[in-house]
Amino acid sequence: MTFWLTQIFNGVSYGAIVFLLAMGLSLIFGVMKVINVTHGTYFLVGAYFGLTTLKQTGNFFLAILIGGIAIAVMGIVIERVFLRRLQGNDLGQVLITMGFVLVLQDAILVIWGPDPVSMDAPKFLASTGRIGGFSFPMYRLFLIVFAAVTAAALWFFESRTKIGSSVRAAVDDVEMAGGMGVNVPVVFSLVFGLGSFLAGMSGVLAAPWLGIQAGLDFEILPFAFVAIIVGGMGSLKGAVVASLLVGIIDNLGKTFFPEFAYFTLFLPMAVILAIRPSGLFGRAM
Amino acid sequence: MTDNGPMLKVEDIHTYYGDSYVLQGLSLEIAEGQVMAVLGRNGMGKTTLIRSIIGFTKPRTGKVTFDGADITALQPHEIVKLGVALVPQGRRIFPSLTVMENLLLGEKEGSDDGGEEPWDMDRVLALFPRLKERLRNMGNQLSGGEQQMLAFARSLMTNPKMLLLDEPTEGLAPLLVRAMGETLSKLKESKLAILLVEQNMKFALASCDYVHVLNRGRVVHSSTPEELAANEEIKSRFLGV
Ligand SMILES: Nc1ncnc2c1ncn2[C@@H]1O[C@H](COP(=O)(O)OP(=O)(O)OP(=O)(O)O)[C@@H](O)[C@H]1O
Ligand SMILES: [Mg+2]
Repeated sequence: MTFWLTQIFNGVSYGAIVFLLAMGLSLIFGVMKVINVTHGTYFLVGAYFGLTTLKQTGNFFLAILIGGIAIAVMGIVIERVFLRRLQGNDLGQVLITMGFVLVLQDAILVIWGPDPVSMDAPKFLASTGRIGGFSFPMYRLFLIVFAAVTAAALWFFESRTKIGSSVRAAVDDVEMAGGMGVNVPVVFSLVFGLGSFLAGMSGVLAAPWLGIQAGLDFEILPFAFVAIIVGGMGSLKGAVVASLLVGIIDNLGKTFFPEFAYFTLFLPMAVILAIRPSGLFGRAM
Repeated sequence: MTDNGPMLKVEDIHTYYGDSYVLQGLSLEIAEGQVMAVLGRNGMGKTTLIRSIIGFTKPRTGKVTFDGADITALQPHEIVKLGVALVPQGRRIFPSLTVMENLLLGEKEGSDDGGEEPWDMDRVLALFPRLKERLRNMGNQLSGGEQQMLAFARSLMTNPKMLLLDEPTEGLAPLLVRAMGETLSKLKESKLAILLVEQNMKFALASCDYVHVLNRGRVVHSSTPEELAANEEIKSRFLGV
């Protein structure tokens, strides 16, 4: 029993990180139809920004915020200056985002060096919680709560605010949204900024658990892709459910069939897509 | 507002989709309070004309002026802010917005400079009472007729000076076509300028003040609706009746 609780708990914690990353990817794809290959690298660069902030200030929550903001600014600039010029040219956009992966990975080497680094969680989160025989790292519980609060905030933004309904309108039919007076360039910047913010922030949040090192970006990006494809592009509910599924399945897979780790993740995805091509909560496209 | 000048002036526009040359030098003018019909068979460029005005597909050359301002190079949302509203072909209701959200999306305060009562939720729902019961439904839960009412209603919520109507009667039952005609004549009483693109000639001629016939991206006939109704040659050559 305790064994299963631990497995599920770890899976849900990982799912929380995947969700934060996937939600940004999904928002960006939903509104702009851009497959942002740089998204995993935003996660990694965000973690480094967080690390530097933590070293300078000793404030972990400030580190999360700065990691998010730095990547939001970077994302908005990349969108405005590069992606917007290539609107409608899907292949060109993917190539540009691929190019930024290489540029950023090299920048990391120059600025932060090639060695893996670790980052400490604040003291009060570094303890171990205990319920009966089940013990768990407090920090992972914090990750789950953080992701849940973020999901609730995003839900409120999307379904209860005027800007949120403009974003949904742009996901439905971006041209017609402009034809109703929605300022589409501003919505694009907002969505790209928000998605990038989530990516940078999740990098900092993951750092005390997963560490920070080259290659982490492409280790985690496939999970985010699986989550939004299985959950359905642009669906918040889908991203939540699918991220949890991805986290749990991956954890169980690595425990029971370590040599087939990717297989256990991608097989369920293939099955779900065969039955529901637009994902669990996606609309037909 | 410019006095006496036309509300909309389209001057010699040439519009392409890639290499495909669709509007080949088209000009027209619409005055305040005027209903201008544009007729033409499938694929003659009617929707492209509307796309060129609202800014979806920019003309490669030529000029579009609205209410005295050159809007040729503006973005769609800027053109809408100036007072142009679109009721697009196929309605294009946002499926993941409720009816209420669809209405509020483009909501804009009306200026009551002309003494004309501005459009707001109450006035729009009084014109389309059917929508009142549907406010909480999602956009994709409406019947075709209700979607057309919503497309019309949400365009009025922007308090436009000009409406672009792209085949508003397409796919509507005869009873609803008649209701659409009554709505149009009510709107005509305000000073709204209306560009009405149609394939339904009977409906268009009954509603408009003036009519252009489009063939392969060019205006091939312009007259009053009465004159066109009597011109069998133009009707059979360009409208297939
Ligand atoms: N997005 C597009 N890309 C390429 N060609 C297009 C596009 N939209 C329309 N066309 C072509 O441009 C021409 C004019 O199309 P348009 O939609 O303006 O016709 P229409 O008069 O509105 O026809 P209908 O009565 O069927 O709506 C057609 O030949 C059409 O195939
Ligand atoms: Mg058309």
